[in-house]
Amino acid sequence: MSISNFQDIKKDFPIFSRKINGKNIIYLDSAATTQKPNEVINSISDYYKNYNSNIHRGIYSISIEATELYENARNTLAKFINANSSRELVFTRNATEAINLVANTWIPSNLKEGDSIILTEMEHHSNLVPWQIIAKKLKLNLKFIKIQTDGSLILDNLEELFKENAKFLSLTHVSNVLGTINPIKDIISKAHNHGITTLVDAAQSVPHMSVDVQTIDSDFFVFSGHKMLGPSGIGVLHTKKKILENMEPFLYGGDMISNVSLNDAQWNEIPWKFEAGTPNIVGAIGLGKAVDYLNNLGMSNVHKHEQELYSYAVEKFSDLKEFKIFGLENKNSTGCVMSFSYSDFHPHDIASILDGESIAVRAGHHCAQPLMEKLGVPATTRASFYVYNDESDIDKLFDGLQKVRSVLT
Amino acid sequence: MSDDIYKEIILDHYRNPRNKGKLTDPDISAQDNNPVCGDRISIDITLKDNVVSDIKFDGEGCAISQSSASILTDMLMDKTVDELSKFTKDELLEELGTPSLGPARIKCALLSLKVLKIGTYQYLGTELPEDPEN
Repeated sequence: MSISNFQDIKKDFPIFSRKINGKNIIYLDSAATTQKPNEVINSISDYYKNYNSNIHRGIYSISIEATELYENARNTLAKFINANSSRELVFTRNATEAINLVANTWIPSNLKEGDSIILTEMEHHSNLVPWQIIAKKLKLNLKFIKIQTDGSLILDNLEELFKENAKFLSLTHVSNVLGTINPIKDIISKAHNHGITTLVDAAQSVPHMSVDVQTIDSDFFVFSGHKMLGPSGIGVLHTKKKILENMEPFLYGGDMISNVSLNDAQWNEIPWKFEAGTPNIVGAIGLGKAVDYLNNLGMSNVHKHEQELYSYAVEKFSDLKEFKIFGLENKNSTGCVMSFSYSDFHPHDIASILDGESIAVRAGHHCAQPLMEKLGVPATTRASFYVYNDESDIDKLFDGLQKVRSVLT
Repeated sequence: MSDDIYKEIILDHYRNPRNKGKLTDPDISAQDNNPVCGDRISIDITLKDNVVSDIKFDGEGCAISQSSASILTDMLMDKTVDELSKFTKDELLEELGTPSLGPARIKCALLSLKVLKIGTYQYLGTELPEDPEN
């Protein structure tokens, strides 16, 4: 079997020319953050060298150009997720900030004491803690769609959960621990039948597969740039126009206003009403370049590449004694993450010894402690794949795991 | 960091932990966990004339945290309560033989010491310092 979808792609990523202790970096932690191609890195220095200025207000050339670059990035992102309009896209710091924005603006204006927010047991802490806080503040209830050990959600009692005072549903598109793809279109459609407003945490889906927010029909849809080849500190909140227009601002200050007197202010139009202060201009531009790069590869090829890598890994590791992949039996998975246990070796020991071979994997609870509890483990080791990974990375991981056994036994 | 941190003494105590278990009616008893990785350690101590006469640890986690607890309990036998409260991380790290654990793993190594300090300060009725293991 040969996986040659993206030949020579590592050359586009300067970090892969770095050696640690004479060894190439085998990067298998893209679910945490991805490496950056030259196009993205260069766009950042190019901006600072040639366009640096503040946006939306300068009358001079470089400010006009900078504004155009920033807004073009918004258009690129909007097309990428097939938004109805780029005005529906708010730039945030990351998916976490986008979720906090919704929790602190839409929720207080629309939910009242006794109402429920529905979540799932597989959420990342960023799609759990903000809801816990606002629920305590407003005396709301949190209810959970349960997960089974194969990594899929138990959906046969949705109607029950969606009854009564359920007003809001927030769930992840793809599990960051297991790679499970949730049938969000179907779940959202059922939620809408009950008048429930919905948010999709797409931090682990947008980087790996083609998504269409109009088909998904989510009310809110959030993701982070750094997990899709873009810079850190830039993320996206997509919201249906009607909802966004009627929302209160999140942060207040410059750029989000249309008119200010000493005692009062009127808000700017969407999406700028939600972008107070000078935004992460270069972050947005870099993210736009990352999307160009992904579009060149083709998102269906990206998805196919990861699934092939995952299959290759599953076959390769089937020979390894006492090696268990979590969620393996669930076929509806992106293939971008492989969480595993290996004998009774603790994930931190596994990760430390692999690091000695210059292999980067994640060990821990992956910001999903409730899910770890469900799987019955305190932590897992997670290898995650992206466009620049290939078979040789998986072969090195295999060799590294042999070393783990020889060190620890 | 690499497998250099897995010194023989650590691997020995990881494979054959000493003083593992619980005590009935201990004078000092405490537990804590490392929220990042889920390592969990409890330490029970029985005193006789203010001196450690029996000590056990229990818990689960990585080789570093568990072997460190095992090594620590070995070091504490026959120590006075005063010596427990003054026990330093350097003494423990020297015994572990891994001076360069790095920021990611040092917390694993010092979890048992933190638990010891929590228990000892509680026993003495004095306020726990902010970073008791340091």
